[in-house]
Amino acid sequence: MFKLEPRPAPSKALMLASPLIALAITVVVGVMLFAALGKDPLAGLQMFFVEPLKTGYALAELSLKATPLILIALGLAVCFRANLWNIGAEGQFVLGAICAGGVAMHATPETGRWIIGAVLLAGVLGGMLWAAIVALLRDRFHANEILVSLMLVYVAEMLLSYLVYGPWKDPAGYNFPQTITFLEATRVPKLITGFRMNIGMFIALAAVAGFAIFLYRTYAGFQLQVGGLAPAAARYAGFSSRRALWTALLLSGGMAGLAGALDVAGPQGQLTPYVPLGYGFAAIIVAFVGRLNPIGIVFSAVLMSMFYIGGELAQSRLGLPKALTGVFQGLLLFALLACDTFIHQRLRWVSTK
Amino acid sequence: MTGLTPESLALLLAATLNAGTVVALASLGLLINERAGVLNLGAEGMMLVAAIAGFATGVNTGSDWLGFAAGAAAGALMAGAFGALVIWLNTNQYATGLALSLFGAGLSAFVGISYTQQRLPERPHFAIPGLADLPFVGPALFRQHPLVYITIALAIGLGWFLMRSRGGLVLRAVGESPESAHALGYAVRPIRLLAVMTGGALCGVAGAYISLAYTPLWVEGMVAGKGWIALALTTFATWRPGRVLLGAYLFGGVTMLQFQLQGQGVQIPSQFLTMLPYVATIVVLVLISRNPTWIRINMPASLGKPFHPGA
Amino acid sequence: MSSNLSKRSLLKLAGWASLAATAALVGCGKKEEAATPAASEASAAASAAAAVGPLKIAFAYVGPVGDAGWTYAHDQGRLAIEKEFGDKVKTSFVEKVPEGPEAERVIRDLVGQGNILVFGTTFGYMEPMLKVAADNPSVKFEHATGFKTAPNMRTYDSRTYEGAYMAGVIAGSMTKSNTLGVVGSIPIPEVIRNINAFTLGAQSVNPKVKTKVVWVNAWFDPPKETEGAQSLLNQGADVLFQNTDSAAVLQTAEKAGKYAFGWDSDMSKFGPKSHLASAVINWGPYYVKATKDALEGTWQTGGVWWGVKEGAIDLVSVSDAVPAEVKAKVDTVKAGLKDGSFAIWKGPIVAQDGKEMVAKDTVADDKFLGGINFYVKGVEGSIPSGK
Repeated sequence: MFKLEPRPAPSKALMLASPLIALAITVVVGVMLFAALGKDPLAGLQMFFVEPLKTGYALAELSLKATPLILIALGLAVCFRANLWNIGAEGQFVLGAICAGGVAMHATPETGRWIIGAVLLAGVLGGMLWAAIVALLRDRFHANEILVSLMLVYVAEMLLSYLVYGPWKDPAGYNFPQTITFLEATRVPKLITGFRMNIGMFIALAAVAGFAIFLYRTYAGFQLQVGGLAPAAARYAGFSSRRALWTALLLSGGMAGLAGALDVAGPQGQLTPYVPLGYGFAAIIVAFVGRLNPIGIVFSAVLMSMFYIGGELAQSRLGLPKALTGVFQGLLLFALLACDTFIHQRLRWVSTK
Repeated sequence: MTGLTPESLALLLAATLNAGTVVALASLGLLINERAGVLNLGAEGMMLVAAIAGFATGVNTGSDWLGFAAGAAAGALMAGAFGALVIWLNTNQYATGLALSLFGAGLSAFVGISYTQQRLPERPHFAIPGLADLPFVGPALFRQHPLVYITIALAIGLGWFLMRSRGGLVLRAVGESPESAHALGYAVRPIRLLAVMTGGALCGVAGAYISLAYTPLWVEGMVAGKGWIALALTTFATWRPGRVLLGAYLFGGVTMLQFQLQGQGVQIPSQFLTMLPYVATIVVLVLISRNPTWIRINMPASLGKPFHPGA
Repeated sequence: MSSNLSKRSLLKLAGWASLAATAALVGCGKKEEAATPAASEASAAASAAAAVGPLKIAFAYVGPVGDAGWTYAHDQGRLAIEKEFGDKVKTSFVEKVPEGPEAERVIRDLVGQGNILVFGTTFGYMEPMLKVAADNPSVKFEHATGFKTAPNMRTYDSRTYEGAYMAGVIAGSMTKSNTLGVVGSIPIPEVIRNINAFTLGAQSVNPKVKTKVVWVNAWFDPPKETEGAQSLLNQGADVLFQNTDSAAVLQTAEKAGKYAFGWDSDMSKFGPKSHLASAVINWGPYYVKATKDALEGTWQTGGVWWGVKEGAIDLVSVSDAVPAEVKAKVDTVKAGLKDGSFAIWKGPIVAQDGKEMVAKDTVADDKFLGGINFYVKGVEGSIPSGK
């Protein structure tokens, strides 16, 4: 029978090849799916892998979609490396959106552009606050952070729903569950007129650089990861696991909150019950597909966005159902996770006696 | 004015039992997973796939029971795929579970396209002969779908299995300390896979219950978050089958009460009632976690942690 | 996750009169267009397509086509276009487009594919469509249930309350407990108007009728709709009506052996015994007209609110359980709506608290209807967070 056994050293070549193999598996399954549906497989693949990259406009849209995924996944990568399982980034995203929206709502026509800074800062603090609850309960009561952070997602969504149905509802909005449309001064500046891409993209790229330095070049980043990988060694070396806990959670909460703020002050422009689009959950997958590496995350976020956008394109152009997006995203991740196994392990035939 | 008459109270109870059954079934399944140390965040996806599998079977064969069987099989199959990845290939449980949710939502919508306009054949109403005609308790308790009673029996049986049987002991050992179980010669991985697939099958039955009995139709995304509530419920119930059942009825009761109050003209922001199960779960988690003895008694110690034999 | 679909309506109101704003938008649009390669590329492609091939028409739907309700009805309208014009048109759609920024991307892409006529079928697409419309003056935009227009974007809606009223006439005749139940979605004027119309219809044949309302705060959430419907039955309602998008309420009534209605599309097959009638929206006539306008170059901006008169609203598949004299009553109402001799909103219309909202012998205008934010007498409870 076959047996998995650890490789003496992880294969460098496989480390690079694994995502490509996973993608190839997804593509093969995709081709079979398209063929089964009676569509031209090449045309189908083109929708997912070519069209979203074809024009400047398409690229701008792709960047807009990828930005929140990158930001959230970066924070999560730090958490996961520290062996802290914050799976409630969706809630932290929503709270960031709520806080940012709360500030943006108070702008008046006289308010200067400085308010964008305040809006984004509020978002960061909101996300941090939500993550701090997780950190506090874990720190003080040893409450499992996976479950607490997941539960808080729903609490955040209901809080948002309460606000837009109740106290924050636009008085001139005919009872629609939405806030006023935020004034132009509070909106995130766009990069090019006519494109929706905004400075969020630069913030995300700067964050990628920042996290790369933090993880690979700073002592704090090193401490954090040792604490996660080998708690005993970390204690021996005198690294504080409590500090790692708070740092990682606040950092990831802040990033998710920032993504939320960029979303409401960017393309959304108001708060509605439909702010949560699942970026917080998708980003968990992005972080893993990007193998918790800042550069890898950029690629996987772009890939994930291509699936989202490709799903829409395939629908209007080929009449394929939109449900394909979820099928593809799930498949890719399954394939990748499985392929990754073979980086650290290898399959060997063991004769059974 | 129609206040809370005995008749309406009986109906409220009946509706509560019915609403609670959906989450109780799924939650009992997840409890088996988690007792074996595996956290499956894919419940929502499994339930959706099972809902369409059950509905399609129900429409094509006219048999509810075959529908439930198909739902269970679909759930078990998806859980099996998840289990193979998580248990043998040691992939990350949370990411794999979420991917299962995404995949399940997509797959069910995809497969279900031609079923959105279909209808199940006529089925007779179920009532326990004799008991159903009793005043008050009849309409309240004895006119339910058979699965409501099966779920209660299941919870009791599962409670006995976990705490009193040898098999339950092994299952819990695998979830508490897989290393020790392994050292004692138990096949940790197959046991975990079995637990995950059983859990998936129960989530599948829950999904099929939604599309076959609770809201007898198929529409995309119709599970609408019940899978996540089921996940919260296992924690809320501190991984005890009896408490899962009570918790499920409690959640079901809060949902029904909310509409009851609305109908009576009482205004309360429904959002606070909706968030209640999640807040309550956090509170329970904090209460059991603060005390090392309590957490050891209550929570599977290796929940969510991968197991490497020989490592 | 259950990110519920929201949607639609507001009303015309002083609506499309906001020409000043429109002019400003167009101004910006021109400026932006020069700097928008994608957009001008798109319009170039668009005019090219118009010259040679069939007229390309696209739809953005908020729900899945298979919701059996709102989006399903729109898709039937799309099929009506194909049937009417055959090879002269080519239609496509994107379903489950979330309201807000996602919609803007989808609509821009639809324009980029050379569609000359673009329909957006929910209220939440209003702002995104306005932005895209400003950048693509050669494309015609049709937005359902909104109130803002542009020179190349008009709004359309249907008088769903007429269907609700006719359903009410049947409900009022069929109830034994004199208690009706409505599962409401989101407490916006459109839905409140439908609840009121349903109640007024019922009271026209049975003055003792009371209506209970529960809100599920979603357009589409089958389990919640089931729970809401069950709760209404528990509280003594024996005829149910809903302003949500699935057939869940009807199914719940079917299980309990009570009556209910279909909404938006013909749902009779979901409740062989419980289904009394379906209040349907027939988007076909309007979609055909809009297509014709675009084909013949007679398209103009504006606002359209069609009802029974134009064939946009109907009450269909009336059950055999409904007595002949009740059917006759419904037919009278329908005929009156058709020739304009009957008005639903004719005073006196009294609010819950006894205040007279429409005076005797006056008929409420569309502006009044667009802002309705009160229950008529006979509806129990209060409108959620109506502050």
